[in-house]
Amino acid sequence: MKFVFDEFKEGMAIAFAAIRANKMRSVLTTLGIVIGIVSVTLMGTAIEGLNRAFNKSIAALGSDVLYVQKWSWGNHNDDWWIIKNRRNVRIKQAKDIEKYSEYAQAVNPVTGTRRNVIYGQKLVENVTIIGTGAYWLETSGSTVAFGRFFTPMEADGGRPVCAIGSEVAANLFPNENPIGKNIKIGGYAYQVLSVFDKQGSFLGLESLDNRVYVPINRFFQEFMSHRSDLQIMVKAKSVEELDNTKEEVRGILRRSRGLKPKDQDDFAINQQETLIQTFNTIGGVIAAVGLFITGMSLFVGGIGIMNIMFVSVTERTREIGIRKAIGAPRRTILLQFLMESAALCLIGGIIGIIIAFPISLIIDTFLPTAMPLSVVFIALLVSIIVGVVSGFLPAYRASRLDPVDALRYE
Amino acid sequence: MSSIIQLTSITKFYQVGEEKVHALDGVSIQIQKNEYVAIMGPSGSGKSTLMNIIGCLDTPTSGLYELNDTSVSDMNDNQLAKIRNKEIGFVFQTFNLLARSDVLHNVELPLIYGGIGSMERKKLARAAIERVGLTDRIHHKPNELSGGQRQRVSIARALVTQPSILLADEPTGNLDTKTGDEIMMLFDTLHKEGNTIILVTHEEDIALHAHRRIRLRDGKMEVDEPIKNRKILTRPTTVMA
Repeated sequence: MKFVFDEFKEGMAIAFAAIRANKMRSVLTTLGIVIGIVSVTLMGTAIEGLNRAFNKSIAALGSDVLYVQKWSWGNHNDDWWIIKNRRNVRIKQAKDIEKYSEYAQAVNPVTGTRRNVIYGQKLVENVTIIGTGAYWLETSGSTVAFGRFFTPMEADGGRPVCAIGSEVAANLFPNENPIGKNIKIGGYAYQVLSVFDKQGSFLGLESLDNRVYVPINRFFQEFMSHRSDLQIMVKAKSVEELDNTKEEVRGILRRSRGLKPKDQDDFAINQQETLIQTFNTIGGVIAAVGLFITGMSLFVGGIGIMNIMFVSVTERTREIGIRKAIGAPRRTILLQFLMESAALCLIGGIIGIIIAFPISLIIDTFLPTAMPLSVVFIALLVSIIVGVVSGFLPAYRASRLDPVDALRYE
Repeated sequence: MSSIIQLTSITKFYQVGEEKVHALDGVSIQIQKNEYVAIMGPSGSGKSTLMNIIGCLDTPTSGLYELNDTSVSDMNDNQLAKIRNKEIGFVFQTFNLLARSDVLHNVELPLIYGGIGSMERKKLARAAIERVGLTDRIHHKPNELSGGQRQRVSIARALVTQPSILLADEPTGNLDTKTGDEIMMLFDTLHKEGNTIILVTHEEDIALHAHRRIRLRDGKMEVDEPIKNRKILTRPTTVMA
């Protein structure tokens, strides 16, 4: 064991002496690995960011909530045109689910549009206006920072009240308490009942805080026809009952929409699960393609290492001859050159990570992420593997050199 | 007493294109412990091939080579490497030191491959370096040493494993006469201390240091005789550094 350690130490010493002796060459060769590791780790970091953004957003959907819509979140097996021409999901279906469902804990119809919102002299353009039932908090999992959400009576009665997102609140009421104030949404007056907690953005795209929530019946009077397409959120009593709830809701909807037994469903019941599956498929493909393409640069770096190791072996033929003459077995020579190329690549990997880390912090500013520790370790491991793999052929050739020929080499 | 080296009908062929070249053609030699043998011959006589075979750097095409009663003629590369490490000390014409390593490391190297622990290794290496009178140069690199000093480093490296034979290939070939004489005096002393020395040379003058002369021609043994008028250098061997 001690013997192996000494040989390893000797190999390490030789490797670093050789790298030091050819500084320029080592730097240029390592550059290939550095670029490879930088691109692979950054790709890993970006994918991590994508996953994080998705998981954060998807959590907001709630695992125990069903979303009744015309459109399915999963694969569209049906013709786009057929789905487009489905009848809209209407408020009647929400009422029916509420009336007949045993499994549903809360049912909440939702629709939305964009309008400008004004308070006094202050204007916020293109705010997402959500028309909703009274059970938004229950079904969406959002929370109110202060004030109260509107009651079922206010919702059904179509009272001109609203709840505002934190961003809207910050823009319209920088120095005031918004509760009880009157704002104008698309020209109509509403009284602010509450302000939501900060929620971030959905998939890093749309801010969830730049929103105003109004009773759906009011929404129908002022912004959109009550015949327009809705989304119905149905919260199950528990996650375990989600499948039962789904079946029950499906039956209620078929009846509500007057479908005959042999008709296909003309609606979709979506859930978080569907989106996760879809994302995993897409995300997996993105990750695979991204890592493959960036991996190519690492591969090219590996070829550079192999090339330079061949040069190194040829240059040091005589040294190999000397070492063999005084009793170095093949294994030792093989190990020596493998360690040299592994050391080159490992240095490249470490430099690569040192370069990639600050860049990942820059990425973090627009796509919240962090270079995962696993990516760091994998990158280092991969660079060692690249070194060993690309160093193997040259090292093998060195170990097989005939000592007589090697000693004679000029 | 059995021989240290027992070569029986050694042949070595090289295939050069269509032609078979007989580098060695049925050579038989016995060398006893503590002999001092000079192998001579013009270039192309096969003396380098013979040296490579004796040094276990190469294996014969046919014939039997026994070193310390062990047959080495059909050993594989790794076994030969072990034999070279333990039994043979090489001294080359071109010194063949590792340019980037200091004297100590160069001398230590065979012990590293021999699996000797660090403490023991340093001790043996220092002793060998002292033996050739280079203790004050122990941390110098080869390019900071003169030719004679380099050759002494390579002798120290050859001695450090206490091998059965010292195999010197034109050890004075790259040195001036005075330095060459100093090196030969060192060999003479090492012989007196009980080492077995095989000297490959084409210089009659150098060969005269040995006790026995083997002359090759065209791959065959031409002469194998004791040397009568040995050259004895009278200067004291201690002033070598």
